[in-house]
Order: sequence, then C-alpha cells, then structure tokens
Amino acid sequence: MRLPAPALHAEWTKTRTIPSTGWLLLAAIALTVAVGAAAAAGTSCPSGVVCQVDPAKVSLTGIDLGQAVVAMVAVLAISNEYSTGMIRITLSAMPRRTVVLAAKAAVLSGLVLAAGTIAVLGSVLAGRLILSGHGFTPAHGYELLSLDSPTVLRAAAGSVLYLALVALLSLGVATAVRDSAVAIGIVLGLLYLFPIVANVVGNAHWHRHLEQIGPMTAGLAIQATTDLTSLPISPWAGLGVLAAWAAAALLAGGLVLRLRDA
Amino acid sequence: MTAGTVTPYRPGQQTGRDGFAQLLRAEWIKFRTVRGWVIGLVVAVLVMLGLGLFAAVGTSGSCQSKSGGPARSGQGCSTAPAPPVGPGGEAVSDSFYFVRQPLAGNGSITVRVTSLTGLIPSGNGAGTGTQPGLVPWAKAGIIIKASTQPGSAYAAMMVTADHGVRMQDNFTGDTAGQPGVVTASDPRWLRLTRSGNTIAGYDSSDGTHWTQVGTVQLAGLPPTVQSGLFATSPAYQAISESVGGGENGLIAPSQDTAVFDHVGLSGTWPAGTWTGNYIGAADASGTGGYHQAGDQFTVTGSGDIAPAVPGLGANDVTVAAFLVGTFAGLIAMIVVATMFITAEYRRGLIRVTLAASPRRGRVLAAKAIVIGSVAFVAGLVGAAAAVILGTQLARGRVSVFAVSWLTELRMVVGTAALVAVAAVLALALGTMLRRSAAAVTLAIVVIIVPYFLSLTSVLPIGATDWILRLTPAAAFATQQPVPQYAQVTALYSPGGPGGYFPLAPWAGFAVLCGWAAIALALALVLVRRRDV
Repeated sequence: MRLPAPALHAEWTKTRTIPSTGWLLLAAIALTVAVGAAAAAGTSCPSGVVCQVDPAKVSLTGIDLGQAVVAMVAVLAISNEYSTGMIRITLSAMPRRTVVLAAKAAVLSGLVLAAGTIAVLGSVLAGRLILSGHGFTPAHGYELLSLDSPTVLRAAAGSVLYLALVALLSLGVATAVRDSAVAIGIVLGLLYLFPIVANVVGNAHWHRHLEQIGPMTAGLAIQATTDLTSLPISPWAGLGVLAAWAAAALLAGGLVLRLRDA
Repeated sequence: MTAGTVTPYRPGQQTGRDGFAQLLRAEWIKFRTVRGWVIGLVVAVLVMLGLGLFAAVGTSGSCQSKSGGPARSGQGCSTAPAPPVGPGGEAVSDSFYFVRQPLAGNGSITVRVTSLTGLIPSGNGAGTGTQPGLVPWAKAGIIIKASTQPGSAYAAMMVTADHGVRMQDNFTGDTAGQPGVVTASDPRWLRLTRSGNTIAGYDSSDGTHWTQVGTVQLAGLPPTVQSGLFATSPAYQAISESVGGGENGLIAPSQDTAVFDHVGLSGTWPAGTWTGNYIGAADASGTGGYHQAGDQFTVTGSGDIAPAVPGLGANDVTVAAFLVGTFAGLIAMIVVATMFITAEYRRGLIRVTLAASPRRGRVLAAKAIVIGSVAFVAGLVGAAAAVILGTQLARGRVSVFAVSWLTELRMVVGTAALVAVAAVLALALGTMLRRSAAAVTLAIVVIIVPYFLSLTSVLPIGATDWILRLTPAAAFATQQPVPQYAQVTALYSPGGPGGYFPLAPWAGFAVLCGWAAIALALALVLVRRRDV
C-alpha cells in the first residue's frame, strides 16, 4: 500500500498542532533521562565485590517509565479525534480508513523515533558520566558506556525501536477501543502486568514463558549487554515479540476501524 | 461510553433542602446507569479473581529456584513437608534437640550456661566442610513446652550467639535480657518458673542476684508439661546483595553446642531421669545429641524455634500470591474512577451537576464517597474470592504458607481499602487534569509503576526501599503475609516470596491515604477556583 503524501501531511498537521503532543514528548524525554540518571546515581559497587551490573541496562531504566508517556501520546493521537468528533471529518476527507491509520502510524513512529533517540542518547550520556564516577571504569573491569560497542549500540537503538513499537501497540489498541482512558488502561496493563504476575508465579517454566510473551519483558531484553544467557528470550527475538503485539493491535484496530461506523 | 443521566427532579422528595444524601444518591445513579462503568467494575473483580487463580495454579512445582532467588541446597520439592503451625496460626520452625523431663503442676528449672559454640559451613558456604562458628541466632537454654508436638506452646530462656540472653515464647514473642556473649569466665544463669498458665523468665550472672526478663501467659497449658534443656541453630545464610543482580544466597544447616551445669529443679518432676531427642525434623546435618557428665550437660542441636519466613524453604507460596490480580483490578478501577469525573467534563454534564449543586466541595465529596465505596466492595469481593478459591485450588498442588486468620483478614480488607483509596486518588487526579488519558496514566504511574520498579533487580535495594516508603505503592504493604521478625535472619526484600515492605501494613496504607488527601485537596482548590 502506497501512502499518499496528502494523507501523511494531514496527519502531520493534526499531530503537530495539538499542543499536548510536543509537551508530552518532551516529558517522555525528560522522564526517561531523569529516571535513568537517578538509577545510575543509585548504583554503586563497593570495591572488592563483583557486581553484576549491566551499565547499559541501568542507564536505560528510564524507558520503563518513559514508555507510559509515549503510550499516552499514541493513544491521544487517535482517541482525541474520537472525543472531539474530528474523526468524522477525517474519514469524510479520506474514506480509505486503512490509509488513515497507516498515515497516523507513520507520523507517530517518526515522532517517537526522533524523541526516543534524544531520550536514549541523553540516558546513555548521563549513565556514562555518572557510572564512571561510581567506579564503573575500565580500571575496575567495566567498559565505559559507548555506542562504539556493538552490544551497547544494540541496547540503545533497540530501546528507540522499543518505544516506537510501544507507540504502535498503543495506537492499535486505542483505534480498537476509541476511549482514551480505557485504551491507556489496557496498554499499561499489558506492559506492566506481565512482569508483576511472572514474579509471583513460582513455577519456573511458567515464569519464563510469561516473560517470553509479555510485550515489555520480552521487548526490554534488547537492553541487556551482559549475562545474555540468563535472559528469558534473546534480544532481537524479544523485540520481535513486541513487534508481533504491535502488529496484532494495529491489525485489530484497522479491522475494527474498517468494519464499524465511525 | 455514554455519560451518566441526571437525577430527575422529584418534587415530593425533601423539597427545599439540598441534602447531602440526595447528592450521594445522584452520584450513585450516575455511576450505576453508565453501562461501561459497571462493566469496568465487574472486570476489576474478575481479573482480581482470575489472575489470583492463575497464580495459584502456576505455583505448582515451585521447587525450582527462579532466577535471582537463593539457591536451595539439597531440598527436594515433593518431599518437603509443610511447616508446623504455631499457637497463633502462623507457620513456624520448631526443630531443636530437647533434653527433657515432665513437670507436673507448678515448678521451676534453673541452669547455668558456661559455653556456646558451633559449626558453620566453611568457605562462605561454598565448600563442603564445616568450620567453628555460630550464626547470629544460634540459641540454647531452658524451655517449658506444652508437649513434644512441633508447634505446641512454649516459653524459653536462652543464650544466643549475638543477641545476648532472650526470653522467647510461642514463636513470635521475643524479649531481650542481659546482653553479651556467654563464656566460661562470664557464664549466664537462666530460670523459668511455671505458675498456672503464667511463666516467668529470669536471668543472672552469678546465680544469686536474679533479674526478671519477662512473664508470658500460655493459654491452655496442660497440667503436665515437658521441660528441660535445648540447643538449636538456624540455617547459615551467605546472602550477598549483589548490586544490580538481585540477591544471591546460599542456605546451609549449622549447629551449636551448649554446656550447662548447676541444673536445679523445684516442684514435681515425676520421672527423675532425662530423655534426649529431636523435636521436629532434624536439619540435614542431624548431628544432635547430649552428653551428661555428673552435673554437666553438653547439648548439641540444629534447627530453629522461631516463626517460619517464606523464601527460606521450598514451601514459599503465600496467600499474597493469590492477590496478584490486585494490580489488574486496580488498573480497571483507576480507569472507571477517572472517567467518573472526566466524562462529566467531556460531555458537559459537569455544568448541569454544578448548577444543580453549586457547592462544589460537596459534589467532589459525594463523588469520592460513591467511587470509594464502590471500589471498596469490588476490591473486597475480588480479594476475598481470590484468597478463598486460590487456597482451595492450590491445596494438593503445593502447601500454602500458613498465616493466622487475622493476617488473612487484614490482607483482604487491606486490599479492598487500597483499591478504594486508589480510586479516590484517581478521581482527584481526573478532577485536577480533566483529561482521562493524562489522569489514568498519572494514576498508574504513581501507584503501580513504583511497585514494578521495586521488583526489577535493576535498582539497588536501598533505592527500592525508599520508593516503597514514599510513593503510593507503599500501600501494597497491606498484602504482606508475614512480618519481618527481628529474631529471624532472612533476606527481607519486596520482590521475593515473602513480599516484604519497608513500612508496616497500615503505615504503608497511610502513605497512600496521605497522597489521596493531598490530591483531593488540590482538586478541591482547583474545582472551586476555576470556571467549570
């Protein structure tokens, strides 16, 4: 399917002119970097102790929280149209509904990729500065956090992709249920419940399987740079699980959008 | 989602008075006539129950250590018996070496302890051998116990490795006596006196000047009790809190040996001879015994007389696991509570509401009471059903860690109260922000995400403790099944099977109440100040 430029342009104008979009993306960046920096500041390793610290993962802790704001941006991208009735005008102007959804997804991904890149670079920089001050230096056997290292680059780029996929998942859910409160509840429930439930399930097999299918637990495997064998799922496969969730949500949203009256 | 309907004006009803009861009724009608909200409420109850039952089924075969959990040495899963239950209804450890005689009626026992030594695993638990040493709560002394049945009532005076003389009773009671370490040159005298159901404990450093450490009441103590000397030593734990990687630990048995003399008995001791045997299951080291040489007794034992804590053995499924659905129920409830006010703003119904009842504080109060009550009932039904059915379902698959019925009641009622106050907090956030997506996100981020962050091993334990003290997530402490016992060494972390919180249950709940009160006050100020 080729996306007509006017569709993209229309979605871009709508997204750009809602003041909340810019503020929320800024908030997502600030929250991600701040939480990552706080996590790095709280991490120290007493000398003489072997610490199982994954510097990249610690620095990118902020994604855990920043994703909630990103999800909100994505949900509002469609549910705002429903709450204001704008959706009727949109669909009158562009009757091919899948094109509307695809254009929304494209614009949203672009925005989140841009904001996510800033957030991740900020987090990595903050982590590098703070962690090296806490004794995580090459002298103590820890490499400085640097995007030259392929695993750190994978963690950083993967985290940006993670945010974009969370946005697409949220967009799909919000398209399907229309109401912003219900949509954000479902999305945050999907993200945060899997790790919480997995934690109480004592059976080791179930525990692992839950972590393998949870969009957040699987997706964030991309952030690991050390001790890869203990991961429930390999980094790229984990991101693939999240991509499958996002695809399923978009598919459901697209189908519902096509079938039902606006 | 459709907005609520307005209360029809009924002239016959309390005309001329704008009663608060009418306001409550109006809000209740608004709530119950919106189908989506009632569905949301039912969903909240069902997910609480459903996830609880899922957790109950998923706990079967929990013998394997999860990643990050302590490695358990040599404990099989099918063979691990359920821990005995103490007089208070809680699961307890009750295994020790007991050198005893029956005591008929009232009487007392006095001893002098001249030495406490022991063996712990060598090489920080990594090796297979042992080395001399004591775990902090290695204990030995005298005990009066209702019977030789594990879990039966008792009172004991003891010397410990690091905690001085203690008087302990019925597993949870613990009173400090003389501090310091016992040696041959600085011995300790201990005395227990029974008078009816009252047992008094004394200590002394010279056998002539006695200090009363405490008295305890043991309800239903039989006329003839077992009394004598004991020694026991809890498992050695090499727990290192590795930064960033959770906790690693090794748990291995230890043992201690105490030397007693000057054993003095008064009252009716019909047997006149000493019998020695293990009470409860001996620990794997199993090297208990006693040796009598004249007046001197040497007693060696392993185990513990203390409340059991989850996470040290294989039987670490607690009722708290069945309440995991609270998180999902909370999200549903937060969505409903937020929409209860934001829908009014979106549909413009708020203008009608405030025109009908111009005193805005009362409207907010009525909304808070209605949503709080509804959420409380939903939380109560969901939590009670999850606990009752979860326990039924788990029975036969895995032994559920016993807690007293009072604790279980506190967990269920505490969960309901937590859901209720969280709903009020969400309502206040919705009033402040007037946008449902923002309010729902904020409510979830402040209530559930802090708990999630405390579970992940990325953050160091000190940081997670503060998160669980300061944020509304502190209220999940009402779901803590077993308190932290000063007299039991264990790793008390929120993520483990014990689910330990830094604050006491109701103190944690008070933190959430404080946040809800602040949010409600801010909402009140905003709702009064601004135009609809």
